[in-house]
Amino acid sequence: MLETIDLRKVYSTGDEAVSGVSTTVEGNEIVAMIGPSGAGKSTFIRCINRLTEPTEGEVRLDGEDLTALADDEMKAARRNIGMVFQEYNLVERLTVMENVLSGRLGYVSNWAALRRNFPPEDVERAYDILETVGLADMENKRADELSGGQRQRVGIARAVVQEPTILLADEPTSSLDPDSSHAVMELLTAIAEERNIPIIINIHEVPLAVEYADRILGLHDGELVFDGPTDDLDKNAKDVIYRGEAIAASTADRDTTSQSGGTDDTERVVDTPSLTGD
Amino acid sequence: MATQDGASEVTTGNGDWQRPTAFRSQRLKWGVYGGATLFVLWSIVSLLSGVTLPRVLIGVQNGVLLVESMVPPDTSSANLERVSRYMVETIAMAFVATFTGVLISVPVAVGAAENLAPKPLYYLNRGIISITRSIDELIIAIIAVKAVGVGPLAGIIAISYLTIGFFSKLFAEDIEDIDMGAKSAIEASGASRFQTFVYAVIPQVAPRFIGLTVYRWDINIRSSTIIGIVGAGGIGTLLMRSFDRYEYDFAGTILVAIIVVVLAGELFSAYVRRRVQ
Repeated sequence: MLETIDLRKVYSTGDEAVSGVSTTVEGNEIVAMIGPSGAGKSTFIRCINRLTEPTEGEVRLDGEDLTALADDEMKAARRNIGMVFQEYNLVERLTVMENVLSGRLGYVSNWAALRRNFPPEDVERAYDILETVGLADMENKRADELSGGQRQRVGIARAVVQEPTILLADEPTSSLDPDSSHAVMELLTAIAEERNIPIIINIHEVPLAVEYADRILGLHDGELVFDGPTDDLDKNAKDVIYRGEAIAASTADRDTTSQSGGTDDTERVVDTPSLTGD
Repeated sequence: MATQDGASEVTTGNGDWQRPTAFRSQRLKWGVYGGATLFVLWSIVSLLSGVTLPRVLIGVQNGVLLVESMVPPDTSSANLERVSRYMVETIAMAFVATFTGVLISVPVAVGAAENLAPKPLYYLNRGIISITRSIDELIIAIIAVKAVGVGPLAGIIAISYLTIGFFSKLFAEDIEDIDMGAKSAIEASGASRFQTFVYAVIPQVAPRFIGLTVYRWDINIRSSTIIGIVGAGGIGTLLMRSFDRYEYDFAGTILVAIIVVVLAGELFSAYVRRRVQ
């Protein structure tokens, strides 16, 4: 179970990227975090494994406060947090297998890492996961020989081989075409179910979020302005997330559209012309 | 309406645009250009004022005589044997100096890479690089000869020293260019600092490391041919001696040998660098 309490990040430039976000993620739920560019989605997710150091607040993973850990303890804690990145962040010149096995680095000695000498069970795990993500027989290809979709699947394999208790995905589909995006989302969903772990996915494509997520977190200007089941994400909620409009203001907006003939809530949402802009 | 008619007309009177200059103002720009031109003219006049046409002609004549006396080069077997012996020493000096220089350079380069080193360490190593780069190789060679005596050891010290400034600076820049995303991905998996270096940094800079090493080796071959003229070993020693004894045909042989070896080194280095990059 992951819990953030009043998580806040102020960069040295004075920009407040995340301002006091509190939420809990558990079970095997798929949580999509949406919001406009610069809303602090990436910062939030990177604060969880402290790739970015949070300024204030707590991050509790299975009860342990990660923000209080010393460097060494944090390294050990990171083994339980898998992360998938927008630009895949593979080591391009290494093979697929080396990239996947790098997810096990937290468990091997420096000397073993230097000689790429991983325990047989790690190698076996890596082969299994490569098969799961659809990259069987690709283990000796260099990462830079793969397509974007394939690279992201290596990225996912690297995160999953850690056998994490939670998976973080920072815009995993933003560099991919629509087909690959769906494939990646399906893969992530399947992994959450099969391994019974929660996933937090930063995503700016709302339709993808709605299609795959159980729950939506909406971030606007560093603040959590929406937190609820995907079904509750209506037009009003989207306005608040993407335009920062106060609920009252958008209600007024709705009233004007309702005069032009809208009858019930859902229809009115469909009628609103500005929806196409989302 | 006026706005419709005026759409294609200039209405604001803001038609003069100039590309912004790097020197804050146009006046300053022309001032700098003018000053630089005057300085070059003054340098030419003051340095070449004593040079007259007859003096240039005599100089050219002497040059031709010198070259003529080098041709044909001396090919006596005793001298050829001396050339090859000193050439082997020259090449060996370049190899050893490249090895020791690169060995010392690696930690300096890592320390001088802004993305890896903490600030104090970064400034320290940048300082080391700047200082090693500020003194020319012949001066270092003279100091080394004074310190350890005439011979190849002085040459190896001087060339290693010069390798550090060059190699650390360029290699540090290559380390700064790595994809930090891959590094943070490795860190995110719980890898130690050393493991991150081995897994995320080394694979990204390895080709440049090989390329730079071979490039520096090629420069070091050239350096070790000249460094002998101050007594620091290698074929330069022999070249200096032949000039002192007016054995210009022997000097010719040595020059040909240097050209052959330096060109071969350059070709090899270019080939290797093309393959690894």
